[in-house]
Amino acid sequence: MNLESLLQLIVSSSLTYAAPLIFTALGGTFSERSGVVNIGLEGIMVMGAFMSAVFNLTFFETFGQMTPWLGLLAGGLIGVLFSLIHAVATINLRADHIISGTVINLAAPALAVFLTRAIYGAAQTGPLGRSFGRSNIFLLHRIPVIGPIFFGNTSGPAYLGILVAILCWIVLYKTRFGLRLRSVGEHPHAAETLGINVYLMKYSGVMISGLLGGIGGAIQAQAIHNEFGILTVAGQGFIAMAAMIFGKWNPLGAMGAAIFFGFAHSLARVGNYIPIIQDIPSVWLKVLPYLLTIVILVGVVGRSEAPKDLGNTYVKSK
Amino acid sequence: MLKVSRSKLDNLLVPIFSIILGFVFGAILMLFFGYNPITAYEAMIMGVFGSPYFLGEALRQATILTFTGLGFAIAFKAGFFNIGVSGQLLAGWVSAIWVALAFPDLPRLVLVPLSIGAGVLFGAIWAGIAGFLRAYFGTSEVIVTIMLNFTALHTTNYIIRNILAVGNTTERISENASLRVGWLTDLTAGSRLNMGFFIAIVVVILYWIFMTHMTAGFEIRAVGLNPFASTYAGMSAKKNIILSMVISGALAGLGGAIHGMGTFGNLFTQNALPNIGFNGIAVALLGLGNPIGIFFSSILFGVLDVGAGFMPNRAGVPDEMASIVIAAIIFFVGANYLIRLVLNKVSTNKAVQNEGGE
Repeated sequence: MNLESLLQLIVSSSLTYAAPLIFTALGGTFSERSGVVNIGLEGIMVMGAFMSAVFNLTFFETFGQMTPWLGLLAGGLIGVLFSLIHAVATINLRADHIISGTVINLAAPALAVFLTRAIYGAAQTGPLGRSFGRSNIFLLHRIPVIGPIFFGNTSGPAYLGILVAILCWIVLYKTRFGLRLRSVGEHPHAAETLGINVYLMKYSGVMISGLLGGIGGAIQAQAIHNEFGILTVAGQGFIAMAAMIFGKWNPLGAMGAAIFFGFAHSLARVGNYIPIIQDIPSVWLKVLPYLLTIVILVGVVGRSEAPKDLGNTYVKSK
Repeated sequence: MLKVSRSKLDNLLVPIFSIILGFVFGAILMLFFGYNPITAYEAMIMGVFGSPYFLGEALRQATILTFTGLGFAIAFKAGFFNIGVSGQLLAGWVSAIWVALAFPDLPRLVLVPLSIGAGVLFGAIWAGIAGFLRAYFGTSEVIVTIMLNFTALHTTNYIIRNILAVGNTTERISENASLRVGWLTDLTAGSRLNMGFFIAIVVVILYWIFMTHMTAGFEIRAVGLNPFASTYAGMSAKKNIILSMVISGALAGLGGAIHGMGTFGNLFTQNALPNIGFNGIAVALLGLGNPIGIFFSSILFGVLDVGAGFMPNRAGVPDEMASIVIAAIIFFVGANYLIRLVLNKVSTNKAVQNEGGE
């Protein structure tokens, strides 16, 4: 295998694994910026993965190649619905955010497998109709040398994720909505006095996290596993949450961290093709991303700078 | 005084109402999908209580849940979210089995405590890392424990495949390291219920004494309630963070050791982190952090877990239904504001009526 195709393999496989994490981590950023901790991302991803698989299997004959992309919308939609449970519980019913998130994580895999059994009669859906596969990024793959490496035969959803991350950054830092959302996460009472509807902002944050987390799950099912089962998501939502904290609650940081996790994850898979790395026992490659995250969090990132009012229940002053 | 007993009553009523509402929610869901909820719940309950074997299995499951539940609860009391219970359980499981396999010929009185001790120690270390990093570097314990979970998972699988076994399952530990005892096995018609159950009861009592009657337990609670005030009062926040995480991991590790030495008698590779660790979180939340509450919650969830196995055959309901009910119960525990609101409404209405009557 020559250097170019090796690099191409590493880049494309990193991006493939990173794509679900990018979306989900961005979702987490919105929720936590509005002050609502969302450890339910894992569960939201499970529901997104489930819904996209059902959509994919039901409609692949109708929509053909567009099916997985439309599947993202299906996943996102169910993510929004599921995140509403979290929103109602934490915002209106004053539930502890972590408890409510745990409920989402307990309920989602159980419900999704329950429904899978009810629909397909088995715990897995079986292979999907159309999966994402690899694609060339519009014109960019024709750039000499770097074109084929970065943009040829690669993950479409990951590049969509990068665009969405930039969009999220603009929304959070350059629009009125973003400023309001962040102010609610920092100091809701001050925001309230300025006439901002705190509950509405928190609902928006949680629902956006549901949308993006559901999309993340849909990518996980349709680009990586090509089916839905109990092991489809298995912990990726937690990794996405780590990426969000790693990226300091900033969309671009979260995206970067997600790509890093994708890279680390892919090393364990494609490591066999890479000289030197293929001699390292696979267990090191598997645990490296996790240990590295801890080291980086401790050494480089330092104290986490979470939104100030993160995790507190806001009770409207009378 | 009346107020105190009122809130104590509420603390009992909240979990009870949550359980009822959880089961009602499950029933509605089953009706929606055309299943008969009464047949399903009957299959579950009769399945467990109708045979000593399955009752033994439910108590066996409750044993491990008690440990993971207590482990989660003590960190939660100190204000930390130890989502790493599952990984700490695995750390305890692998180290207990490792010791048991390394010294198969030691007398039982030595080998059992030694193996359990190894499990407790490694569980404690595994969680202690997160506590230490939190105390001295302010690193989020949620992220560190999640990362340590995956590290434990992959490391354990590697240790099994490359050190402890040839394939994906280790050999069985010797009789001298087993927690199973003949009379318990006979009493429950051959179930895997073991001495761990009694260890769990002892630990529940010790936990209660530690938290309510000892200074160290009081400090952990104080730090959890208000870290600033307790620091001002001269308690060391750092010390208590680490201590609560170490105890938390030790309890999870103890659960892992008992899972290995009692339930399975060996160790095998895992596809994902053991669910029993995450269910410990649910148990702790339903028990509202009270050790006795956690013990009874564990028994309930043990019955649900084992009983779920009867639902597909006897009622045609997928066994995931039990997990959905568990999730619904925890939802209502979390949203206890709703239940308390209703309870308050009812009691004030009564009070008003009584006044009107006089």
